[in-house]
Amino acid sequence: MKKTSRRDFLKLAGATGAGLLACGAGNALANEGLQVNNEELGMLYDATKCVGCKACMSACKRVNHDYGSLSYEKAKFDEDGLWDAPSDLSGSTRTLIKLFKESEQRWSYVKYSCMHCQKPSCVSVCPVSAMTKEKVSGIVDYNKNTCIGCRYCQIACPYNIPKFQWEKAVPQIVKCDLCKSTNLREKGISACAEVCPAGAIKFGKRKDLLDEAHQRLKDAPDKYVQHVYGEHEGGGTNHLYLASMPFNKLGLPEIKPEAPAEFSEKIQHTIYKGFIAPVALYSTLCFIAVKNMKKHESHDDDHKKGDK
Amino acid sequence: MGHSEEYQKLEGKIFTKSFFILLSVVLLGFYFVGVRYVKGIGAVSNMSDGYPWGIWITYDVATGTAIACGGYAVAILVYIRNRMQYHPMIRSAILTSMFGYGLAGFSVMVDLGRPWNAYNFFIPSKWQANSAMFEVALCVMAYSTVLILEFLPAILTSIEQSKWDRMNAIRNWLHPRFAPDKKTMEDKLEMVRLGALWLKPRLNKVLIFFIVLGITLPTMHQSSLGSLLLIASTKLHPLWHTGFLPLLFLLNCIFIGYSIAILESIISSYSFKRPFEIEELSGLASLIPFVTVIWLSVVIGDLAHRNQIAAALKGDFYSGWFMTEFVLVAGGSLILFVKKCRRSARWLFISASMIVLGGALYRFNVYLIGFNPGQGWKYFPSFAEIMITVGIVALEILGYKVFVALFPVLPNMDLHGAHKKKGHAKKHKGEQSKPLPQSEAAAH
Repeated sequence: MKKTSRRDFLKLAGATGAGLLACGAGNALANEGLQVNNEELGMLYDATKCVGCKACMSACKRVNHDYGSLSYEKAKFDEDGLWDAPSDLSGSTRTLIKLFKESEQRWSYVKYSCMHCQKPSCVSVCPVSAMTKEKVSGIVDYNKNTCIGCRYCQIACPYNIPKFQWEKAVPQIVKCDLCKSTNLREKGISACAEVCPAGAIKFGKRKDLLDEAHQRLKDAPDKYVQHVYGEHEGGGTNHLYLASMPFNKLGLPEIKPEAPAEFSEKIQHTIYKGFIAPVALYSTLCFIAVKNMKKHESHDDDHKKGDK
Repeated sequence: MGHSEEYQKLEGKIFTKSFFILLSVVLLGFYFVGVRYVKGIGAVSNMSDGYPWGIWITYDVATGTAIACGGYAVAILVYIRNRMQYHPMIRSAILTSMFGYGLAGFSVMVDLGRPWNAYNFFIPSKWQANSAMFEVALCVMAYSTVLILEFLPAILTSIEQSKWDRMNAIRNWLHPRFAPDKKTMEDKLEMVRLGALWLKPRLNKVLIFFIVLGITLPTMHQSSLGSLLLIASTKLHPLWHTGFLPLLFLLNCIFIGYSIAILESIISSYSFKRPFEIEELSGLASLIPFVTVIWLSVVIGDLAHRNQIAAALKGDFYSGWFMTEFVLVAGGSLILFVKKCRRSARWLFISASMIVLGGALYRFNVYLIGFNPGQGWKYFPSFAEIMITVGIVALEILGYKVFVALFPVLPNMDLHGAHKKKGHAKKHKGEQSKPLPQSEAAAH
């Protein structure tokens, strides 16, 4: 009788193991699901045109101040808080201009804000659907009324975009939503793109932005690194970049064309497809355990009789 | 099933010196929990936007639940592999699992920024099945409930047998004006007892289905704890980022579970001055190397497959942590291959500690040490952050100490000897071809 149960156990262990291993093997398969939608809204930031005036930062905070519960950040030397001086994206700042300077001749500005991915990791990992991607516009939006504050979106985002309000007793996640509820609704354009005096931020549909970007690369091949950052990175993003310096120097990470969310979802889906594996596991285990239990009880009775 | 006599309460006082020391640690931890709710997470912790998960998630949730897998591992052994001789160990294993998971849930509530929104887990329109976190959350909540159900028989037994000394003492201590009438109180307590008497046989009948659920759920969420980091492909060091994370986490929690069951038994035998249960422990110990060997081969095979062996041997920061984790688990398992060591409490303690440490370090490596969000980010837990974790661990030990005194949890020493002989008798029948171990042969 012992042998039977052991065989059962081994079978079961084998089946579970094989299932998990199969999913591991599944990783090697090619990217199947992701469809790029070029009709979605996005922005093209051209670092060679940016003059570093930070009008976009100021406009973003002015427009989204109340809606995004943003606040002004003091610099150390500025006791009275005369200037808003954030040093990085934070729980109060959705967009930021930074200067990267290699030498007097080689430098570049760079603007940070949400990349609005085609296949966003933050949406994939949010356990309660507080992060969502709008079907038509493609805007990756955040709803603080469902968010539980687990910060998994921060772990998952390869660009480190979602920021948490660490200093607040009632915190929330802060990230760019393309002015969805403010400037975009009122004027049809994001605040940063609207106020840029140098034309460094172009707002529009992804396909138009891509055409424009490739045109610029063709027109001035010496000026640019021949790459549109965001065209293929992590499955593609709606926020695109052009620059004269290598993108990783500007703090934009090198990311493979496969969306990280595709990789993790594929494994999760293989294990939990139709919830069959857990149910099968449960019923097999039940079968074995009940059988063992009955055997044990009859065994116990034998012993009791024997003792008497 | 009349398993109740298998277990006994621990005789002795509850309010000892160590009780008050632990209590003060718990209170200090809870003071900082209070600060966290008033002033925000940033006020007590060193977590940042680069390291949004600190030791609360890494230790209390990811590692703490693995350490709480004793109940899971022993349940597989007893109910699925049909090794009833380990049944006496199961109740204390389930008790520690119950505290481990309950307090992991508690520290999640401390860690969550907006815990009042957690009800969204129960609203189907908000469900997000793509998220490993969703799976972990639901499974852990369900498993905690199952653990309470699994432990309920112990509570019901002690209600049945209770003479209500403590309740009567409290009644006598209260001012007569506040104290309830003696007759009414006795009637009500009798009703509770009858309720327990009614519930117990019914619970026992369906308990096996909950026990099996208690094996299925950890299988699911322990592997999903590994899946959580699958998406951090750019941030987690390639030594640890692999599609096999779920499988590695599952195996990891099983060998940690057996090792922690051994440690628990040795420590409680030592501190409660009871004899060591060497027979059971060496049996458990002989299982561990099988699991660790599979785990170690998956780790090596996967590294070789992804051409990361060189990175593992490079000798830098990451490879150092990887080697430490690997050597601890491998070394602990090597000790357990020696039969003499399996029969010595000291060596069992050393090897089980090594395996638990190595297994826990693996989880730290995945969640924290191997996690690099980019340039400029650093994380080391703050004092208050550590104290919250230490306070939670202290509460766990405190609860264990109180519960083993209040309820029949530890194996009954008188019956235990008889039970062991039964086990041996079974072995004789089942495995006649195998030569008897020396000590057993000597015993007969």
